[in-house]
Parts: sequence; C-alpha cells; structure tokens
Amino acid sequence: MARDWQDLFITRDGSSAAVQDEPQQQEKRRGFFKRLRENMRKTREALTSEISSTLFENLDEETWEKLEEALIAADVGARTTAEIVEQLEQEADRGELTGGEQLTARLTELLANVARVGDSRIDLTAGPTVLLMVGVNGTGKTTSVGKIAWHLRKELDQKVVLGAADTFRAAAVEQLEEWSRRAGVDFVKGPPDSDPGSVAYEAVAQGVRDRADVVMVDTAGRLHTQDNLMAELAKVRRVIAKQIPDAPHEILITVDATTGQNGLRQAKLFAEAVDVTGIVLTKLDGTAKGGIALAIARELGIPVKLIGIGEQLEDLRPFDPDDFAKALLS
Amino acid sequence: MFDSLAEKLQATLADVRGRGTLTEDDVNAAMREIRLALLEADVNFKVVKRFTNAVKERALGSDVIGQLNPGQQVVKIVNDELSALMGGESEELKFSSSPPTVILMAGLQGSGKTTATAKLARYLREQHRSSVAVAACDVYRPAAVDQLVTVGGQAGADVYERGTDADPVAIAKWALDRASREGKDVLIIDTAGRLHVDENLMTELAEIKRATSPTDILLVVDAMTGQDAVNVAEQFAEVVQFDGVVMSKLDGDARGGAALSVKSVTGKPILFASTGEKLDQFERFHPDRMAQRILGMGDVLTLIEKAESQFDEQQAKELERKIRRSEFGLDDFLEQLRQIRRLGPLQSLLGMIPGLGGHQLRNLRVDEREFDRIQAIITSMTPEERRNPEIIKGSRRIRIARGSGTNVQAVKALIRQFGQMQRLMKSMQSGKMPDIGALMRQGR
Repeated sequence: MARDWQDLFITRDGSSAAVQDEPQQQEKRRGFFKRLRENMRKTREALTSEISSTLFENLDEETWEKLEEALIAADVGARTTAEIVEQLEQEADRGELTGGEQLTARLTELLANVARVGDSRIDLTAGPTVLLMVGVNGTGKTTSVGKIAWHLRKELDQKVVLGAADTFRAAAVEQLEEWSRRAGVDFVKGPPDSDPGSVAYEAVAQGVRDRADVVMVDTAGRLHTQDNLMAELAKVRRVIAKQIPDAPHEILITVDATTGQNGLRQAKLFAEAVDVTGIVLTKLDGTAKGGIALAIARELGIPVKLIGIGEQLEDLRPFDPDDFAKALLS
Repeated sequence: MFDSLAEKLQATLADVRGRGTLTEDDVNAAMREIRLALLEADVNFKVVKRFTNAVKERALGSDVIGQLNPGQQVVKIVNDELSALMGGESEELKFSSSPPTVILMAGLQGSGKTTATAKLARYLREQHRSSVAVAACDVYRPAAVDQLVTVGGQAGADVYERGTDADPVAIAKWALDRASREGKDVLIIDTAGRLHVDENLMTELAEIKRATSPTDILLVVDAMTGQDAVNVAEQFAEVVQFDGVVMSKLDGDARGGAALSVKSVTGKPILFASTGEKLDQFERFHPDRMAQRILGMGDVLTLIEKAESQFDEQQAKELERKIRRSEFGLDDFLEQLRQIRRLGPLQSLLGMIPGLGGHQLRNLRVDEREFDRIQAIITSMTPEERRNPEIIKGSRRIRIARGSGTNVQAVKALIRQFGQMQRLMKSMQSGKMPDIGALMRQGR
C-alpha cells in the first residue's frame, strides 16, 4: 500500500526504502496522518455532524437517507452512492450489520475497496522513465509536476528533467522554470509559441543524453471536449514514443477535488486520448471531499496515485485508499 | 452519457396519457428521474430536495388534459420552476458614479480568475468604451503576475504590477491611487486563488476589500464544480459579501449545476459566462439557457410549438405523396428549405433538439449563408430546369451560376447532392417526411 514516497515509487537503485528505519517511518506516517486530518478538519466536522449523530443509532430508513446524502455531498455520484447504500442495506437486512459502529466500519471498507483499483505504484526503473502530466485547465498540473520533481530529487535522489510543453498559457513556462529552480532539477523549454511536441521531444532527448532517471513533461490545460487539443495531446505522446518505445511510462491526470460529476467525463476522454495510468487528486484541503475519484476508479478502473492536501511541498502525498476513506467519513 | 431528462420524463409518464390526472406514483417516478438528473448535473443535493418538492406539488395539483401529454406537462413544470430559480432577467454590473469603478475578483485556485480578469477588461473596453486597468495582486503563484501582464496587455488594459515582493493589500491600494490619478474608468483587481477555509488568505481578501471599497466583487466559479460549490459560495459571501458570479469553463460539457446551487444558496446573480480560451469568449449570462443546459433537455416545447405553427398539415401530406411517387423536385426542396428556415436560425433550432448537447452542436457549424446560396441557385433556374435538373448542362449552368452570384462548381454540387437526396428518398419505404438532419447534410 502506497503511504510514503518510497512506497509509491519503484526506483532503479531500489535502496531508498531501506534507508529509513522503522521508527522514523512510523513517525513520518503519523506526521502525514496528522496533516491530512488537520487539513480535512472542516470536512470531517461537516460530515461527522451528519453521520455520527445518526449512524450510531438504529439502522432505519432515515439512516440510509442521511448516508446517501453524505455520499452525494462528497461528490461520490448518484450511481456509486446507490450501489454502496444498497449493498449496506442488504447486509443490514441479513443481520450482518447491527449498529452504527459496524456500519461505519463496513462503509469505510467498501469505499476503500472502490478506490483500490489497478496498479497504484509508479515504476521509475525504465531509465529514463517518462511521466506525462495532463488535465483540464486550472486543476494543478504545473504545481503537481513541480512538487513531484522536488520529492523525486530531494527524497528519492532521482535525476530529473522537466519539459515545459505548456506553450499556450501565458507564463506557464516561467511557472515551471521556477519550480525547477526550487527542486534543483534540469529544465527544458522551447522558444515562445513552439510546438508542445517538439518541447516534449527535446526534454526526452536530454533525459536520454544525460542519463536522467525521470523526465516529466507538463502540458497545457485543455478541456476534454476540445477535439483538436486532445489530438495535440495524442501527438505529444506519439512524439515521446518515437524516442523510447514504451514511453510515456506513466500518464497522470490531475483532477481537482472540487470537481463534480464532470470529472468522470474528463477522465474518460483523456484516457481515450492518451491511456491515463493514474490520477493526481488535487486541492483536497478545502471542504471538497474528492468523491469523484471513487466514481472514476469504479467506472474507469484508473487508480488515484497522489493527493494534494495543501500548498506546501510536503502536502503532495502518495494516495492511500484506507486513509482516504477514513478521512472522507470519520 | 446522460439521456435528456425531458426524454426520460416522457418515457416514464408515457402510459399516463389519457388518464387525465397524474397519480402520486406517477409523480414520484418522475421525481426520481429529476433528482438523478439534477444530481448528475452537480446541483447541490439540498437544492435538489427543495426543487423536487416544489415541482411535485405543482405536478400533483395540475390538470394534464390538454394539448400536451403528461410527460411534456411535467417537463414544462420543471422548466418553469428551474428558470424561476435561476432568476429571470440577466443582471448587470454596477458602475461607480465617481470613477474608477473598482471590481475585485475572487475565487478558488484554478477557477480562472486571471483569465476572467483579462476577459472582463476586454469586455468593458469593447462594450462600454471604458479605459481599464488591471492590478496584479496574486503574489503567491509563481509567474501569476507575468500571466496577467501578458493577457491583460492582450486585452488592451494597463497592467499595474509591483512584482511579487509587495503585500497584496498594499498593491491594491497603490493601484487604486494610480487608477484615480490616471483617470481610468475601471480598475479590476486580480487576486490569488484561495481556499474558502484558509483563514489567513480570506482575511487578506477582506483587507483588500476594506482598502479599496470595490463597486463590485465578483466570485469566479468553475462550471465543473461539484457539491462543494455551495460551501465555497457561502464562505466567500460571508467574508466579502460578493455581488455577482462569473461562471468559467462553460465551454466544456459540464452541466453547470453549480450555477444553480450558488444562485439558490446566496441569491447572488450570475453575471457573466466565460466560454473559451480566447479573450472574446466572454458574455452576459442568460439564466434561461442555463436552466435548459442543466436539464440537457433543449427547448422541446418551443420546438413543438414552432413546428406546429409553421407546418401546414395539408402541405405535409402533399409532400409525402410526392416523395412516395418520386416526384419530389427542386421546387419542393426549395419549399422545404423555406419552411425549415421560417422556424428560425438553424443553429438555434438544433439547440432545441434534446440529445444534441453543446459539444456536438459546436462541431456542427451551420453556415446560414450556404442556404442562401442554395436558394439563390434554385430560384435562378427556369421551372423546367427545376422539374428536370438533368437538363442543366454547359450554358445553362453558366447562366444559373451568373444569375445566382455563385459559380459553376456550386451549381454542379447542388445538382449532384439533390440527385443523392432523391435516391435517398426513394429508398425510404414508409414514405415519411425526410428528417431535418438528412436534409441538412444534403444541403451542405
């Protein structure tokens, strides 16, 4: 289960996980949990008031309705919600669940199971591994690329090249360049208004030349309904594959946790265009619960790999289904 | 992904036809569909609850005998209630009697504030002939100032910036002084994205407000926002009492239920819709269009009414007869074309058809001038040529091209397409009316 950066990423030297000894890991994990809980405090307060006051009573019609509303309010979506509630109702009818405490435990388990799909780790052993970041405008692509690069460099000691293939949005290149400075990693950009494919090509070429471990390519935000821009994205991918046949090895889509049911459409159309392998669920530090990630996992089988729970560098974290489910409902 | 709610409702209530009134069971079945559709459109669940209760009350009390079937009747009630909830007329920005008018932009990260700032600047320059300055108060996100310098410049606004080392409140105050000194009509203050639960940044926003006494405070809301839109709007309303909303990213396929939620919970009007990446893709918001978009139902009722008033039943029968006997000539085609065009611009007509969501619609660009050309070509033909297009060769072609102001290729293409259409009609067994879509494809 991915809980720490060492658990999420499989690196070439493979030794990074062993560097940490057990107590330190425990300490870090507690630190993370504390942070996630703090950041999601408001969320929990809102949910706790709705759930604990009812679920710990008897399992009646009102309980199911309240539960349904809580899941809907978390953007889990009407369909996924209906399935989960129905299953719990059936289990209660069979006498398998008897009180609110059991119900909460079972609910958390079900939610975590929905989130647990596909391969939740990221393999960085390809030498270089190419990681492509895609997503809708304003979901946090550039910030996520910057933060991942920082962690890969500082915590996993990876040699990283960043490619600024968002050549469309004003100042996007400068934004990523600033991140490359903070993370202390190499940076590739093209001349103004250059073709994103050529920037991606150049970044991968430099990664190969310099024997980098990871090449991360940032792309312009685009709405999944813009066919020409989606075709452009597919082209960026083909250009990368021309240099390294299996690349990009990892294609991550950023999904804003405040996104509603449209998130499902976003993930579906991006996956159709470029074979998305994972989700970065950003902006979980507000009151939004990011339940749309569950709908995406369930309907499309794409796992969440990273979550953003704040603006600080350490606030981008590997995803853990159990923690997520608990934070959603505790 | 979604079927249109209007269609679902009509299917759900199809067997009620003729019974005269709706029973409670009928209405409950309809409410389930409405509830699901609204939730999938991201309307807040509390708003959905209130809404379905209101619709249910009206539907139960209503008499369904009449020209509309029960399904359509409920669709109409839903449409009415939704439009009422969205607010009637589109509302306007306020302008200060002593310039500059100060507009403060606020919102979550990534909602599109900087883009909206530039678009609004351009809009005010074009529509109100205002001189506009924009102030760069987002000192946190790397390169946010650079972004505003670029897009603000493209919008023709003066960009007031002092880099990222100054304090946002100080920048805002300084920008206001400068705008007054330089005699600007409008100053738009772009701020950093902030979470509604981030106390420090929300306090900062309140301080910017205090320091600049904005004429309007606009909250930028992403059209794709889910259930949380309500929390965000309530918090921002509490801290800065914003005056109106800009819905961003409406060019996607999100149903935009957030608009309904925000309006319903805060009572603040949605003033503008941002509908694309280009600076001119920014317009006044129309509540009625949004109501229809949320339901994905198109304006079926208007379409039905229009079609009824325009199509003469007698003519339709005559047409059917001709098609069956393969007597459908260019004259009939011309008449069909005129009838369809009498319904209104084709683009808006297509928008009324359920199931044709915004996405497909934008790709299918209807060029009205193309129809003008077709009409011109046909009317430049002699009656005999219209009956017998095969005789149109060489000099006839040149004459028709000249008469219609087109060229020989266009005349040839039309005759070829008409030939294809005739074959298509022959292949139609039932002899029913050619559908509009087929006609249009042929027409193009």
